[in-house]
Formats: sequence, C-alpha cells, structure tokens
Amino acid sequence: MSGETGSGWGNDVVKIVVTFAVMYAVYFVLGLIAGLPLQGIFATVVQLTLLIALYAMLTLALNLHWGYAGLFNIGIVGFMAVGAYTMLIISKPPASASAAAVIGGFGLPFSVGVVGAVVATALVGFVVALPALRLRADYLAITTIAFAEIIRFTFQSGTFSEFDLFGTTVGTGGGRGLLVNFEDPITTYVLDSGAFAAAVDWIEAATIGGNLQPVMDTAVVATVLMAVVAGYYWLFRRTGESPFGRVLKAINEDEDVARALGKDTSRFKVKSFMLGCALMGLAGAFYAMYFLGSVNPTAFKPQFTFFVWVALIIGGAGSNTGSVLGAAIFVGVLLRGPLFVKNVIETFVDIGSAPPTIIDAVAALGTLDVTPVIAYTFENISLFRIIALGVVLVWLMKRRPSGLLGHRKETAAAIPLGRLRPVGDAEPAADGGGSE
Amino acid sequence: MSAADDVPGAETAVGGDGSAPLRVEGLEKHFGGITAVDGATFDVERGSLTGLIGPNGAGKSTTFDLVTGFHRPDAGSVRFEGEDITGRRPHEIADRGLVRTFQIARELGEMTVLENMMLAPGDQRGEQLWRSVLPGFRGAVRDQEGELLERCWEMLEFFEIDHLAEEYAKNLSGGQRKLLEMARVLMTDPTLVLLDEPLAGVNPTLEEKLLDHVHELREEGYTFLLVEHDMSVILENCKHVIVMHQGRVLAEGTPAEIKSDERVLDAYLGEAI
Repeated sequence: MSGETGSGWGNDVVKIVVTFAVMYAVYFVLGLIAGLPLQGIFATVVQLTLLIALYAMLTLALNLHWGYAGLFNIGIVGFMAVGAYTMLIISKPPASASAAAVIGGFGLPFSVGVVGAVVATALVGFVVALPALRLRADYLAITTIAFAEIIRFTFQSGTFSEFDLFGTTVGTGGGRGLLVNFEDPITTYVLDSGAFAAAVDWIEAATIGGNLQPVMDTAVVATVLMAVVAGYYWLFRRTGESPFGRVLKAINEDEDVARALGKDTSRFKVKSFMLGCALMGLAGAFYAMYFLGSVNPTAFKPQFTFFVWVALIIGGAGSNTGSVLGAAIFVGVLLRGPLFVKNVIETFVDIGSAPPTIIDAVAALGTLDVTPVIAYTFENISLFRIIALGVVLVWLMKRRPSGLLGHRKETAAAIPLGRLRPVGDAEPAADGGGSE
Repeated sequence: MSAADDVPGAETAVGGDGSAPLRVEGLEKHFGGITAVDGATFDVERGSLTGLIGPNGAGKSTTFDLVTGFHRPDAGSVRFEGEDITGRRPHEIADRGLVRTFQIARELGEMTVLENMMLAPGDQRGEQLWRSVLPGFRGAVRDQEGELLERCWEMLEFFEIDHLAEEYAKNLSGGQRKLLEMARVLMTDPTLVLLDEPLAGVNPTLEEKLLDHVHELREEGYTFLLVEHDMSVILENCKHVIVMHQGRVLAEGTPAEIKSDERVLDAYLGEAI
C-alpha cells in the first residue's frame, strides 16, 4: 500500500485518463446512436470538459481543506466570488466617458488580475480562518457559510457598486454585476492568431465542414484549464506528500497529538486554509472569465458549494486523484448526463407535451399511462437531477462512505517510506498494507 | 531542538546531580467549584525516573496537563531548564524538550506506523509549505526525510515493533500502541518525558518490556516522570517517588520512606502497598 507513493503517479494518471476516455466514448456512442450531428456531440463534450476542469480545481482545493486538514469549509462559493470580483476589478479597463454606464476597473494586465485574485482570496481566507480555527471544527463551517453569504450580499449592495480607490473609480456593480470587457491572453495569442484560424479552416475542410470556430475556441480554453487542473494536482500532491501534509493528516485525526509532538497546529491550519482558498479564488476568476462573461451576485449561490462537496464525496476525501475523478463523474454523469440522455431519448420517442403539474402527471398513472410522468420528468429534468443527486449521496453514504478512492491513503512523506529497510528484515511491502 | 541529546548521560554519571530540569511550584487549577490541583510543588531531577502516584482524583493527570500546556494553571509556576514555561502553549513546551504521552494511547490510526513516527521530529524543513512545494527546495526536504526515516527505523527496532512499520496504526494491538506512543514521543528528541499511565491495560510480559525500555533510556540520559496508579510498579522501579492526594503533594522521598509514611497509608486507606 504505502509503496504506491513513488510509483503511483503513473497509475493515477491512467485512472484519470481512462475515466475521461470512457465518459467521452459513452457520450459519443449515445449521440451517434441518436443520430445527433457530430459537431453537436463534439460541442457537448468540449463544454463538459470545460465544466469538469472548473469542478476539478474546486474539488482539489476542497480536498486540501477537508480531506487533509479536516477543515469544514462550506463557503467555497464565497471565495470564488472574491477571486472573480478581484480579477475583474483589477483587469477591467478604466471607465471611459463614452461608456459611462459601464463600471471600470484598474486596467492592469490579465496576469496582475490573476495574481491579485489569488492573493486577495488568500488574505480573505486568513481573516475568515483566524477567529474560527481557534474554536471547534463546526464553528469554522458556520463561519465559512456565513462569510459566503456576507460576500454575496456585499457585492449585491449598492454601497459598493461604485467607489474611488487610488484615484480610480471602480466597483462591484451591485446587482447588475460586472462585464468581462477585456481580452485574456488565450484570446489574444491563440484564438485571434492567424495560425489558429488557418488550423480551424483546415479542420473544417478536412472533416464535415460547417463553422467549427466557436467549438474550437472553447476546446482551446478547455485544454488550458485542464492544464491548470494538472498544475493544481501537482501542487496538492506535493503538499500532501510532505512533512507539511503529514502534520495536516495528524491534525485531521487528533489535533492534541500533533500539539503534544510540538506542532503549532493553528499555523498549519491557517496556512493550508489560505492555500486552498487562494486556489478557489483562482478557480473563481476563471469561472468569471470563461463561463460567465459577466459576474453578478446570483452566480455565487450556496448551491455551487454543495455541488463541489458532492464531487469530493463521490471521489473520496483525502485523495487528490479521487478529487479529479469525483469532479469528472459528478459533472459527466450527475450534472450533464441527465440533460444529454434526455436529448438522446427525445430523438427516438416523441414524449408529447408535459402535464402542467406533477399532480396531473401522477394522476395519469391511474389509467396505467406512464407517459405523462416521463414527460413531466423530462420537462423538469434540471430539478429532478437535484433529487437524483440526493439519492446518489444517500446511496454512497450507505454503500461506500469513503467514495471511490477515499479508502486509499496517500502516504504523507516526501520519500517512499520503507525503502531503506535492509532486505530480508522487513515484511514484504505487498502484504504490509492494512486497509485492503 | 534541545541540546540534551548531544550529550546523553553527561549528568547521569552522577545519577542525578541535584540539577532539576523541571521545577513545579504552587500549581493550582480549579474547574468550576472543584479544585483539581491545589498547590502542587515538586522537582524532577535530571536523569531520574521519578514516580508520581496517588489515588484516583488526586490531580495527577491535571498536573500533567498543566505542566505540558494543555491546561493553563490558575496559580503557580512551571520552570523547565531554568525557563518559566507557565501557561505556554503545548507545542512551545514540546519544542523545548518537555513532552508527554497520553493515558490512553493516541495513535493516529489512519496513518502507518512509520508515518506516525516521521511526524514527531521537530525542525523538519518540509513542514514549511514552500520548501515542500517549490522545485529546487524539495531535494533538501527529501534528504532530511531520508535521515529521519533511518532514525525511525532504529527507534522501531529498539522497541521491537519494526515488523509493524508499514501497518496502519489502527491495526495494532493495545500493547503495540503503547510501544508506538512511546517510540513516537522519543522521536522528538526530548529531555524529559512525562509518561501518563503507560502501563494501564498492558499485560505483565509487555509491562516488563516497557519498564526495561524506560530503564535503558534513562541510562542513556533521558529523564522520566512516570504517573502510575499501581503503587507496586512505582515503588519497585523509581528511586524517587512523589505522592499526590487531593491536589497536593502529600509526601516525597525514596520508596522505603514512602512505604512507611503514615499519611500515604491513610490516603490509600488499607490498600496493600
């Protein structure tokens, strides 16, 4: 078991790649069976990848909080909002006289905005953590969710919609929010480049033709965000597999033991909390840039936080690989799957129009007619998948409370433990594991 | 880190030269209306195995918590190596070389025995996040991990639990957990170890073994303060014994003196000593 640390990288990457491949294959096969246009299926899969990237970042960050340090953060969306708004305020161009209605920003480069988002969220995380970490674990949960709501209402309030800072008029835009009216480096250097346009033309000519520009644009962004996920994964893996991660693990299990062994546990908790928050803020900035196009407070409702939690629970708290898998499965199967399957089925059968209320739908069951119920379900699939989400969670809690990979403990050390043992003296590593 | 491990046995040659690394004076602790510790005063001499006994509720464990920073005393002072450490936080005290074990072994079950052991040493480079994460610094972290791992193996061998090194701590038996707890605390390079009932719930064979280990380590220069319930263990193994009763130090002296002390006999009320 513990020998997996060093050699496990390959294995874990394979697990992730296989999961993605299987999911894509299912989407393509279902889509082709239903006779959906190839371009449409491709667009669906690209969108899916983009969304998985976002959830994977958030799940990895949450895994550091909950899986490693045992910090119960249910204010994820608040930290995302801080990152998103900071990014926009820093990088939006200053308000001009010609477009007085648009609230301006500092007009600093994109990279400054990204760094600003990370730093600002880390600092906010510090402020949130400071009072709460001295108290019991559940108080942190209350503090974080309260914080997330405070942030949302602060951004909503008219008071901060416009204010002067360092001689520039900036603001949150209140309920109207902020528009992303500046270019990011991906657009500037890749999407707008001649080479990319030529490549898209070539692909269009070589395949089915049509206008592939939008979906190719999204594909590029999705690729870049997946690279960011890889960066997150690398960072958290190094964090976990280190003496730092070891102390976090110890705190998670029994904080008094860590203290008795001379570890300043508050410092470790604050640091890991700040790191996780900073990366949630970064994910929030990307969310604003590549998903929303404009931010406003309604995009940061608590529901989002709980989606990330579901992804972590599916994947298994404590495992970075599990976090990525959890995000992929959550988005691919639970979040987007029902919508896609509905599209597929509707190409085969004409369900007809849905009854206006669930009462009507269920009443039809009396005449043994199930069509109204199905039609009603399809009509409201977005709502019904939330119910399905709950059912899946209950099932998981009963059948596999540690998620997909939560049972596997990633060894907390910078080197593989047990290697220095003189041969013959040690129990063979193969049967040394106790968790199987 | 404490300097004590650099010169193990420097003072022990004399078998306790009168220097006392730990001086506790007038310690008091009240919980609501209950007085748990009521002016406890005692010293622990360097290189000694000092016993602390007393009937249930005598305030032994609370005294431990006060000395190691897990509770704040209401009055009195704790001095360690000449420094006033009263009311300092547990990790600061542990960092100075004054460490404790817990009455009920508190192994970290979801971690392997080796991970448990590797957790303990102080001054680990890799406990600084940036060193562990940034490329270019991790090499130094790994080097230190290698050295620590070697020491962990030696300690596990000393306690004869090296065959369990890769086992999850939750799979250990009660006695093995006690051994792990003691091995782990020694990885911090302590000067003085407070053992809170290390023999509770341990079978006689293992009890013998544990005591042998303690004696051997004491000869190497470690100092121990041993809390025990069982009088006979203390009287047989410690040269100096402190008896607590109702939050105070009732008597202090050699086992022989304690045995014949009327007040102690009264406190234990007919219990065979």
